[in-house]
Amino acid sequence: MKSKRPAIPYLGWMLVFTIVPLLMVIYFAFTDERGQFSLEPFKNASVYSEVFLYSLGIALISTVICLVLAYPLAYSVSRCSQRAQSTIIMLLMVPMWMNFLLRIYAWVLILQNYGPLDMILNLFGVDVTLIGNSGAVIVGMVYEFLPFMILPIHAVMTKIEPSLIEAAQDLGCNGFHVFTKVIFPLSVPGVISGVTMVFVPTASTFLVAQYLGGTQFMIGDVIERVFQSDHNTGSAIAVVLMIVILGFLVVMNRFGDKEAVAG
Amino acid sequence: MKQNSVVSLKDINFKYSNEVILNNISLDIYDKEFITLLGPSGCGKTTTLRIIAGFETPQSGEVYFEGEKVNDVPPHKRSVNTVFQKYALFPHLNVYDNVAFGLKLKKMPKSEIEKAVKQMLAVVDLKGYEKRPVRSLSGGQQQRVAIARALVCDPKVVLLDEPLGALDLKLRKDMQIELKQLQQKTQKTFVYVTHDQEEALTMSDRVCVMNNGVIAQVGTPEDIYNEPANAFVADFIGEANIINGIMLEDCKVRLLGVDLDCVDNGFEKNQPVDVVIRPEDVEVTAPDQAKLNGVVEDVIFKGVHFEISVKCNNCLWLIHSTVAQKVGDTIGMRIDPYNIHIMEKMFLNPTNDIITDVYYSDKENNTTTILLEGVEVTIPDAYFEEGKKIKIVLPPEALYIAGDGVGHLDEVYIESVIWKGEHNEIILESDERKWIMQSDIDEQVATYVPLCFDFGKAEISEV
Amino acid sequence: MKKLSSKIYFIIIMAFLYLPIIYLIAYSFNDGKTSVWKGFTLKWYTALFNDAQIMNSLYNTLIIAVLASVIATILGTAAAIGIYNFKGGVRSAIQNVSNFPIINPEIVTGVSLMLLFTFAGVMMGFEMGFWTVLLAHIGFCTPYVILNVTPRIRQMDPALYEAALDLGCSPVQAFFKVVLHELMPGIFSGFLISFTYSLDDFVITYFTRGSRFQTLPVQIYTMTHQRINPKANALSALLFIVIIAVLIISNLASRRKSKEAAR
Repeated sequence: MKSKRPAIPYLGWMLVFTIVPLLMVIYFAFTDERGQFSLEPFKNASVYSEVFLYSLGIALISTVICLVLAYPLAYSVSRCSQRAQSTIIMLLMVPMWMNFLLRIYAWVLILQNYGPLDMILNLFGVDVTLIGNSGAVIVGMVYEFLPFMILPIHAVMTKIEPSLIEAAQDLGCNGFHVFTKVIFPLSVPGVISGVTMVFVPTASTFLVAQYLGGTQFMIGDVIERVFQSDHNTGSAIAVVLMIVILGFLVVMNRFGDKEAVAG
Repeated sequence: MKQNSVVSLKDINFKYSNEVILNNISLDIYDKEFITLLGPSGCGKTTTLRIIAGFETPQSGEVYFEGEKVNDVPPHKRSVNTVFQKYALFPHLNVYDNVAFGLKLKKMPKSEIEKAVKQMLAVVDLKGYEKRPVRSLSGGQQQRVAIARALVCDPKVVLLDEPLGALDLKLRKDMQIELKQLQQKTQKTFVYVTHDQEEALTMSDRVCVMNNGVIAQVGTPEDIYNEPANAFVADFIGEANIINGIMLEDCKVRLLGVDLDCVDNGFEKNQPVDVVIRPEDVEVTAPDQAKLNGVVEDVIFKGVHFEISVKCNNCLWLIHSTVAQKVGDTIGMRIDPYNIHIMEKMFLNPTNDIITDVYYSDKENNTTTILLEGVEVTIPDAYFEEGKKIKIVLPPEALYIAGDGVGHLDEVYIESVIWKGEHNEIILESDERKWIMQSDIDEQVATYVPLCFDFGKAEISEV
Repeated sequence: MKKLSSKIYFIIIMAFLYLPIIYLIAYSFNDGKTSVWKGFTLKWYTALFNDAQIMNSLYNTLIIAVLASVIATILGTAAAIGIYNFKGGVRSAIQNVSNFPIINPEIVTGVSLMLLFTFAGVMMGFEMGFWTVLLAHIGFCTPYVILNVTPRIRQMDPALYEAALDLGCSPVQAFFKVVLHELMPGIFSGFLISFTYSLDDFVITYFTRGSRFQTLPVQIYTMTHQRINPKANALSALLFIVIIAVLIISNLASRRKSKEAAR
């Protein structure tokens, strides 16, 4: 129980299956086909900078929509009885257990031309293509990741001591001020972890755009495509994606720490 | 007595990441005795117990068990068993399986285990609790299971680490008596750790008082109470008036400007000493019938006696008396010579002398800078030439603990805090030396604080 | 949820989460390939069960999930204990590397492992398939086991381990007789998370499976990618039933357990 030895197999494992693959990606990102040092892969990768920005944009919009939808729900759920809460949390988690491709596939069926939604809109004389555009991708993303926003915010809100709210009321806060001065500041850590849990996978996901976005791919799809023929450029894109995501996580972490200190 | 010592500690030193926990401890524990390691938190008593159990290995020194060195014997091969502070009962096992745990490992036949466990549960008054999960038991019952679990293994020595700490007062008192009876019935050696001096005095055959990783005194409860070895022991055990005095000659001490007869001798002429007087040893008389007089400040009824606070020459005395006094009255305080206990000062340099070279000086600003334990300390309003040797005399009142957390010396260890009638006398330890400080505030021993010097109260001279 | 508005809002969100799944399941009974209802049929279910490829994928998925989660649980539990005994900076460095597969975008982990296995395969003469997928799954499951076991180690009273030694256990005996029981809830939840993540993984499997090895999520991808396949609807229905069944059983079990504990 006091020995470091049990960790040895896993330390070896991490070396082979975490560190070495990472170094390989970095190595490929900085070499050409002949194995010479080169910045060529990054130059080639710059072609996809628009796709990159598009992906971040989709991720940002999806995250904001998730936050707007999730926050009030998490708040009202946290005020329910203990039993009701556990049932509701369960209901929120069931769809997450479904295979994510099948859930995206469901939206393909719903949004496709001559699909149910298309037909209904046609009845009202609205004729728009629902699938094959950014809107459809965002709907898919929100559907995919909404529970990841609700659950952490809810978890933090249930931890807010009722006595704090009572204390605020005792000190003269009305309902609105109780929310703005006590509940919201205390729920910020949950919001931060929800935002990370939604933004990171949406920015880097692959296939959702292929299913719902028509020809407009996202960066994950690009990595997959490029990798099939060109490891170097693919690695370069992967390195950039990794740096952006890790940078985002560091910033969110800092923000979270600061909040925690201020709170 | 050497022959029948079961456990012997010899020159034990123990450090934990560069912090000295035990400093050269030697102790013999005799067969079938109830010995208590007593001291404030951080004094090293639990570490001593853990070294005997085998959970910690000292950096130097030897541990002997019945004459054999056991430094390298792992805990599971030592014939000692421990009753842990918060019981450490195995939550996944019921009462029976907890108690039988050690016996099963010894591969005893099942019928014998059953007999032994049943018997032990009867001894600790838990007959019929065999099948109960340990979580469903009350604190006192869990305590009994823990004791039964240790005793059933038939160890030579039972180690008890503040076993009653988690119980409420009433239960604690009952368990003290029960534990003592159990020890007598089972004829085992008990090594008991506590910070509660009353508990130690009630239960033990011998008490070992520890402070700052050293043993301050070992002896019977009576010895420790009546003849404390130094001011720390006197202060920690029971209540005491501890006052600075000067030994004028053999059997004569000057106390608060009054010369009193005592029975101690062997001190140097005019040697500063600590004088200890127990509150119950002060006899209240009419003012003209005693050398010491004081004004009653406060009277509290304590059930059996009155606790009277008396101000005498700026010094607050505590007196226990069966007769109430009126607040504001002047009374006489008579003390029999044999009730005046004289002890050597724990700290021999009462003026914190510093002799050092001037490191740097600044004529313009009239300052002198010295190096103190590697830290630059600037003395304002004093100029001495660079390289000159100077002597700084810092009386205890020139030292203080930095309230803003920034001191001349950071991380100074508080070794002891003793109330000396007028103020606290605090002994501090920095990296290289000890300091004595006066303070009206109670500080927590065994903590680290930033220490500051008020050079305005210091006397600085060239040597 | 006392207010009517929050009730309505809750119902809308639930509808958003569940209607696509219900639609998906409903159309598994449609005797036709489009969104036009052509009558009730079970033919897609028969086709599903008769599809040897799908059944084989299911088998592969289960084997991989069982092996990966068992191995990850053992590896991760040992690692958690060992890592716990490291101090300060070293420990947090190890933890950061260990958590890297969790925070790194899945697709980057996927391609980096693909690079590793491709080149190791060329050097040692093997092709990607069952074994590489298994290794990859162990790799992303183990950090979750560590994350679940470590808090249990922190919460455990160290005196329990010492008490076992004190009563005559060797360190190994003390681990199996006492420590393991204390860590069990963490080990078990780590195992469950590993099992479900392995069952559901698509991205990492996709990059490490080689050309022939199929798991169910990969099979779903080939079934639904750029086409409508009612067999996928039938599969969704079956998966949904399994999920609901598992949730109900586990819920009943935990309810019974808490009742027992109350007694």
